[in-house]
Formats: sequence, C-alpha cells, structure tokens
Amino acid sequence: MTVLTVRHVAVAYGGRTVLHDVSLRVDPGEMVAILGANGSGKSTLVRTVLGLVPAQSGEIELFGVAQRRFRQWARVGYVPQRIGAGSGVPATVGEVVASGRLARRGVLRLPRRADRDAVRDALHDVGLADRAGDPVSTLSGGQQQRTLIARALAGEPDLLILDEPTAGVDADSQQAFAETLHRFRQRGGTVVLVAHELGPLEPLIDRAVVVHGGRIAHDGPIPQPAGHHAGPGHDHVHPHAMPERQGICDWAPSERTRTF
Amino acid sequence: MDLFEYAFMLRALTGALIIGLAAPALGTYLVQRRLSLIGDGIGHVALTGVGVGLLLERSPVITAVIVAAAGAVGVELVRERGRTSGDLALAMLFYGGIAGGVVLVGLSHGSSNASLIQYLFGSLTTTSDADIVVISVLGAAVLAAMLLLRPALFAVCNDEEYARVSGLPVRTLNLLLAVTTAVTVTIAMRTVGLLLVSALMVVPVAAAQQITRGFRTTMTAAMLIGLVSAAAGVVASAELDTAPGATIVILALVVFVGLTAGAAAWRLTGARTRRTRNAEPAGLASPEPPDVVLHG
Repeated sequence: MTVLTVRHVAVAYGGRTVLHDVSLRVDPGEMVAILGANGSGKSTLVRTVLGLVPAQSGEIELFGVAQRRFRQWARVGYVPQRIGAGSGVPATVGEVVASGRLARRGVLRLPRRADRDAVRDALHDVGLADRAGDPVSTLSGGQQQRTLIARALAGEPDLLILDEPTAGVDADSQQAFAETLHRFRQRGGTVVLVAHELGPLEPLIDRAVVVHGGRIAHDGPIPQPAGHHAGPGHDHVHPHAMPERQGICDWAPSERTRTF
Repeated sequence: MDLFEYAFMLRALTGALIIGLAAPALGTYLVQRRLSLIGDGIGHVALTGVGVGLLLERSPVITAVIVAAAGAVGVELVRERGRTSGDLALAMLFYGGIAGGVVLVGLSHGSSNASLIQYLFGSLTTTSDADIVVISVLGAAVLAAMLLLRPALFAVCNDEEYARVSGLPVRTLNLLLAVTTAVTVTIAMRTVGLLLVSALMVVPVAAAQQITRGFRTTMTAAMLIGLVSAAAGVVASAELDTAPGATIVILALVVFVGLTAGAAAWRLTGARTRRTRNAEPAGLASPEPPDVVLHG
C-alpha cells in the first residue's frame, strides 16, 4: 500500500492554474524531497495533499483512502513553514507541542499517561525538553521550527509532511533537524519534505521530485545544481529573486531529468 | 458589611461574579486570535436584539441572544471565507447594530432613552431574580465550554491550519466560539452594559499577560483578575454611588496598569541585579590598586 498517491491533480488560485496534471507516489519508509524555486508550486502541492487547498481535478489518496473520505489525520504530521499567527496570548513550548497530540487523543478526552509521555518524548527528540515551560516567543527561529516538528511528532504520525522546515534556520538547528528526521525514519516513518535547499538533510533523501512551473519536471535521484549554481564559490543568495520568471529555477532540468 | 443584607446587592454581586469569570475565559481565546474588538461589534448587534424584544414586548435578553448569535455566526462565516476583510465586516456590525437598536427601541411602546441607557451601560442593581437565573445558567455553560474544550480551542486559535490538518472540527469550534461570544455579551449587558462588555473580555487578559508565560496560566490569571475586579467593583460602586459596570472596568484597568508597571520594575531591577553581579569581580579588585598587587 502506498502512503501517498497523487494522480493528475490540477490546482488553481483565483483563476490562475498553479499545478497542472501532477502525479506523485510515496511508498512506506521513503523520504522524498519536493524541490523547486519559489513560486514553482511545490508548497501548493503539499497543501493540496493536506486538504488545505482544494484540488480542481485529479485524485489524492492517503494510506490507500481517498482524501475526501480519509479520517485518520492523526497518522499525518504536518510541519508548516512558520509558527501560527495566533500569538496574542503567550503560549509555552509544552502547550504548543501538546496541541499536536490532540489528533490522536480526541477533543473531549483528558490526557492520559501515554499522551503526556508522547509530548515529553517529542520535546526530548528535538532537544527542547528543558524549554517546555518557556514562552514560544522567546525562542530563536530554529528553536521555534523544532517546536513545530515536536508538535507533529507528539501525535506519533506515520507520515511527516514538512513545508520548508529549514528555511532561515541556523546550522545547529538544521543538524538537530536532520537527526530527528533520521530517528523518525528508523522507527519506520515516511517523510515528504518541501525544500528550497537541502543542506544537512541531503544524505537522508531517497528521491527528489522537482516542481517547475506547476509541473513535475523530475522524479528520481537528487539532481545536481545546474548552471552557475554549481560553481564552487556560489554561496546561493537571491537578493532580489523574481520567483515566477523562467530561468531562476535552482533545480533546472538537466540531461538526467525525465520529463513528465 | 451591611450592604449585602439587601437582596438586590446580592443579586448584583452574583451577576457580576459570573461575568467576571466567564468573560475573561472567553476573552483569552479572542485575544489570542487578535479579535479583541469582536465583543464590541457583537454588543452593538445585541442592541438590535434588545430593540426587537422591546418592540415585541418579549424578554429583551432572549431576543438579544438570538440576534447577537446570528450576527456572530455571520461574522465568522465572512471571516472563514476571507473575502471581505474582517475590519470592514466589523464596521458594518457596529453601525448596523447600533442604528437598528436605537430605531427599534424608539419605535417600541413605553420605552425611553432611559431604557436604552440601561442596556448600553448596564443596570446591575435592577437585575431581577429571573435575570440572575438566566445569567447563572448561561454563564455556567460558557465557562464549562471554555474550560472543557480548552485544548481544542487553543489548537484552533493558535494555528487554525494545523488544527484543520489534525482533523479537528475547526468550523464547529469556530462557530461555538462565535455563539459563546454572543451569549457572553448578552448576559454581561445587565452588568457592564453593551458598550463595556468587551472590556471585561479583554482587559483582564491584557493584565494577566504582563505576568504570565503560558496560555493556561494567562487564562487562570485573567479569570482571577476578572473575579476580583467584579467583586471589588460592585462593593466600591455601592460605597461611592457610581455606576457598577464602569467601576468594574476601571478597577480592571487599574490592575492592568499596576501589573504592567510592576512587571516593568521587576525586569528593570532584574537587569540591574545581573549587571551588578557581572561587575562583581571588578568591584572586588578595586580596593587594592594595581601597583600594590604587583609589588605584593
């Protein structure tokens, strides 16, 4: 059984088609990176899979069940790009992570020992056990991202979907991130990761899917950076990137690229 | 104290204490969502409900609950679709609600500006036994919902998208929050009045935040501040012969200012202590001039 199947999905925002006829399949235990430039549609693809963006056409299946009928959302752990906007009232790291347990625990049931243990283990896994009582707003960007991973892990998911988890995150946190994902996979988990750059995550990736202009341009091994991006002195900075223009794709199709 | 030998004072105190607890409990979620002013908008709509009640010669509390709940659900549906900005939707509520209320109250028989004032600014001491029963039942329901559903409501208010992906009934919880706001506004209109309802939802939360670090502690502290302000406000208003609703709100604001100043002083002295501690080695070395040390 596949963990995730996407067949011929198209998505449009306000009349503009963002994804055209996208198909994708993720098997149990795989770690798949979804790569592409800003505006390529890679985030839209995972947001559609999660049901946050409606698909215009096509089919999506999670764990063999059509997305529309899928109810076991506790099996899916979602790590968004940024901590939620709702922050008018302080919340501790422990409280945010515990909210990730709710999918498994249910809305009306009181937390049991297993729930508290799962929250504690998740905090421990990302190295924030000693910060559980601190307000999230006092954490660094990297630590906030680790809080979001811990929130997803607290629900003990089978599939983790991460949307650019390492964007703007310091090197230490990126390394901690890679270790956490490695342990998750050793427990049998499946990972789908949207990324702009892979950094320390690269050795963990089984397969890369490149989204370009709303279509899947490549599905296979991690493609080598093309053009001037491949140069040894290239420090990969986009001071004024124009995301939707052609030619600024970091993962431009090369001779190894299969076109769909 | 002799004050509470009067039945109307006991009723006033009971009503105030219930609102003092329920309004900040709900308000914690509204502030977290940055919807601090929604209570005000719903309060304006409730005035139209009061007008309907007076016009039909029915209980204004019941018609106000119905009209305010309809308004709150409408705002939530607009917000969910994200088409009109929340700002504009609130403005429509403010003006439509208050204009409708003033017109309808004016059309009703035997009512005057005095009855309008009673609902706009509260009329705690004229609260009847029947009113107290309604306030108690609805207040208990609001409190129970806010406390029992705290994990789920926290998840939705903290990160709505994540809550949706978790499979939580986000829409139901949002509508529950909207209806609860309407109910709280309506039962609080006897205590503090429709124009000051929002203050009791927001000010205790703002005050609590000055000294708390987490969501649960903020909610608990806000309820405590609401309770104390309500009790002290009723007593003080009787002693000073002031309007109870406004007195309660002023006291909550005093707590806010006090805690803000206290927290600032605490941070300042904390910083100074740290600085002194860091400066300690230099302080110890200074009694002996360097040359003495060198020769010794």
